Amino acid sequence: MSYLSTLFPAYAEIFLLVVVSLIMIVDLFTKNQNRTVTYLLVQFTLLGCSLITVATHQNGIVHLFNNMFVDDLMSDVLKLLSYLAVSMMLVYSRTYLLARGLFTGEFLALVLFTLMGMMVMISASNFITLYLGLELLSLSLYAMVALQRDSATATEAAMKYFILGALASGLLLYGMSMLYGATGSLDVNAISHAIQQGVANKPLLVFGLVFIVSGLAFKLGAVPFHMWIPDVYHGAPTAMTMLIGTAPKLAAFAFTMRILVEGMQPLMMHWSSMLAILAVLSMAIGNITAISQTNIKRMFAYSTIAHMGFLLVGVLSGGIEGYGSAMFYAVIYVLMSLGGFGMIMLMSREGFEADSLNDFKGLNQRSPWLAFMMLLLMFSMAGVPPTEGFNAKISVLNAAVQEGHIPLVVMAVLFSLIGAFYYLRIVKLMYFDAPESHEKIYMQPDSSLLISINGLAVLVLGILPGTLMSVCAVSVQQSLLLQ
Amino acid sequence: MIFGIPLLTIAIWLPIIFGVLVLATGHDRNAPLARNIALLGAVLGFLVTLPLYTGFDKMTSSMQFVEMHNWIPRFNIHYHLGVDGISVLFILLNSFFTPLVVLAGWKVIEKRVAQYLAAFLIMSGLVNGVFASLDAVLFYVFWEAMLIPMFIIIGVWGGPNRVYAAVKFFLYTLLGSLLMLVALLYLYNQSGGSFEILDYHQMAIPMTAQILVFIAFFMAFSVKVPMFPVHTWLPDAHVEAPTGGSVVLAAIMLKVGAYGFLRFSMPIAPDASHSLSGVMITLSLIAVVYIGLVALTQSDMKKLVAYSSISHMGFVTLGFFIFNAYGMEGALLQMISHGFVAGALFLCIGVLYDRVHSRQIVDYGGVANKMPVFAAFFMLFAMANSGLPGTSGFVGEFLVIMGSVKANFWFAFLAASTLIFGAAYTLWMYKRVIFGAVANDHVAHLHDINWREKLIFTILAVSVLVMGIYPLPFSDILHTSVNDLLVHLARSKL
Repeated sequence: MSYLSTLFPAYAEIFLLVVVSLIMIVDLFTKNQNRTVTYLLVQFTLLGCSLITVATHQNGIVHLFNNMFVDDLMSDVLKLLSYLAVSMMLVYSRTYLLARGLFTGEFLALVLFTLMGMMVMISASNFITLYLGLELLSLSLYAMVALQRDSATATEAAMKYFILGALASGLLLYGMSMLYGATGSLDVNAISHAIQQGVANKPLLVFGLVFIVSGLAFKLGAVPFHMWIPDVYHGAPTAMTMLIGTAPKLAAFAFTMRILVEGMQPLMMHWSSMLAILAVLSMAIGNITAISQTNIKRMFAYSTIAHMGFLLVGVLSGGIEGYGSAMFYAVIYVLMSLGGFGMIMLMSREGFEADSLNDFKGLNQRSPWLAFMMLLLMFSMAGVPPTEGFNAKISVLNAAVQEGHIPLVVMAVLFSLIGAFYYLRIVKLMYFDAPESHEKIYMQPDSSLLISINGLAVLVLGILPGTLMSVCAVSVQQSLLLQ
Repeated sequence: MIFGIPLLTIAIWLPIIFGVLVLATGHDRNAPLARNIALLGAVLGFLVTLPLYTGFDKMTSSMQFVEMHNWIPRFNIHYHLGVDGISVLFILLNSFFTPLVVLAGWKVIEKRVAQYLAAFLIMSGLVNGVFASLDAVLFYVFWEAMLIPMFIIIGVWGGPNRVYAAVKFFLYTLLGSLLMLVALLYLYNQSGGSFEILDYHQMAIPMTAQILVFIAFFMAFSVKVPMFPVHTWLPDAHVEAPTGGSVVLAAIMLKVGAYGFLRFSMPIAPDASHSLSGVMITLSLIAVVYIGLVALTQSDMKKLVAYSSISHMGFVTLGFFIFNAYGMEGALLQMISHGFVAGALFLCIGVLYDRVHSRQIVDYGGVANKMPVFAAFFMLFAMANSGLPGTSGFVGEFLVIMGSVKANFWFAFLAASTLIFGAAYTLWMYKRVIFGAVANDHVAHLHDINWREKLIFTILAVSVLVMGIYPLPFSDILHTSVNDLLVHLARSKL
């Protein structure tokens, strides 16, 4: 009993694992084709996880399992936001998946496994746990993309995702092994200590760092490691795209913080210049290529790439401002993407994917409210005040200006101008063009309520961003022990 | 604040709240209700700004009606509002135009009425916010947010080429704004973490930085003014926008850019302003002379007035950068006068367009035979546009020319050419449209303006004449602020 009680920082993960197993068994015995029971169980599990995470929260940093696992404010905040994102994703995608026969027990179990992968990544403080979490997340996602067996594009997407993902994991492992060779440890804090002492072999360290940054860039989807993103986003069923494009970015942010900041802060001058190149390329290629897309999922894919570039600007600026703003950006980005993909699914019907830009034509005449929500989301992604996307951008830019990265800031600004064009085009299609079909948009009450909350949250957080900004800043400050 | 009433907050949020209410009426079957709520909101919105004038202390250049609350404490951003002699008149001008715009679209706009009216009301509130903000981020938020309703107004209710015009308008202005954002972030970090515009005015900045900051602000404001050579969005936007949109663009939006020069560029970077004043004056004179000539060749009435606006705004920037009291006061008066006159001219063109559905000058001729009352009003506004003494157009132009004589004779010489070109293009257009024999069947079937249009034109005509004959109530307000600004500009900040 006393041993169990020392495990309290990991209670949420343990609870989730137990419940997933239970859910898989329960699901075998439910006759209901709509999986209502399983679905509700999953939602309650997420609620339970949130309660446990809140209840087991402790001030300060708690290590567990020989420093393999860490529980701090940043991990708790990111976990809570991941639960929320997954739960929203399920609400948005239920009708969509039911219409395609994909709302199965396996799907729900896989969703929870991805969530667990994210939680492990967020709380990892050892390369082994980091890698375990990452693989748990990635393998579940590969399976989910392939879930629609009769769709050629989905299968192709799954293959691409798997092969490139495996390559990225290989790069990451290679880098980790080099760091292990240089420092003699896999523990993030021990590595940081060894680098600071100067006992590590410097060329080997930097070499390892290159591989680690490449692996990270793969997972984040930064140029030139972005090739998989458009195909996977496009090919996967929209619900899976939404899952790939949202909560895992929070985990990827945590991953970056643990490896680069906690583990390799002393090498910052090396990795920050690598990130700068990745950031500029991502913003350039992402924003410019997005212009020529006609499929909205592909457009979002390139827009994700551009957003990740922006996030990296925050990371490379460093300090509470830099990391805090990057975290804020990641959170805001997740909220906006949830809304964006949610809108695609709301407009889809059985046998019809609303994933062409033309499907948004004249939305204002078909449903003014939905059009207004999409307008808010698009302006937010473009970073136009008074939406939250503006606050996210301004806090990242501010951190970069503070560190004197003025040319980088000017480039970021110019590329976001280019980005504004394609977001604006969606608004143009919705408001200025005539609709192609006058079919009624059939909405479930839960998802239409959620899209309203999501859209208005974009506006309200844009006007009152103070609390969330402070939460992000305080959590990175406490967790990374920044001054 | 008077008796603890936050007047500026009300001036900003009352129209926005009414805008949301109008939006809530929803479908076009409730259009009459939407129109009435919108008119009520617009009139109330104007009435609440009147105490800003009556309660204004003309003897001080410090900020008045100040409100300050924490907004985003992490970045030391405040909800900080206040007006001085430079900004207060523009809040009044803007609120004054909102009811007129609502009335002008009363019958003409038939599809998505609620959205149309709501966009104007919301924009009116946001523009008031731009003029009242004393916090740079607050200013920026209002400044950018203002683009969204205008983008939709042009794109939804505009002419055939509206989409191109709307996107061009948005991207042009966004480019400038984003560079301004970088400048603001730089100033924030240099000032040790303050977004207060007034702190920036006092801050010492080295010359290179001043020049860069000036250029960043210049990008933002010159696009909005618009100055040569970044003016090309304006004719497109004006031509494609619905009448109300053109009126707001000409009367209000252009002033926002010029206001930015006075609130940001010049006081924050005075040394750079002095050293770059040659460039600014050259660009202004090109706008006055060259764009004046361009206006002469236009065959589309709206385009003609759009180019005339650019030319008149060249006068404004010229007045700013000759750094004397005549020039600056003249420029400010010119801005207000241009608001009345250009707004009125666009409304006149709107009246014709609603009846004939053409903006081409050749489609008209002999309108006076059918619309005598309209022709009389149009005459007055055309005269004001050419700067006839006794109308508001004269006051500002005269003062700016006087100021430029002090600076350099040739500036004045070139600037004064506008009196000839302005008269030429305005009156020539007037002659071709209004006089002569009835040109065609469309003109033959014209009916004169109704009581609603008469009301709008009467209000504007009275404003134009009052300001032309007795400009003191206007110049009085800005006098102290302008003088103190000039004193401030004369001090080096290096």
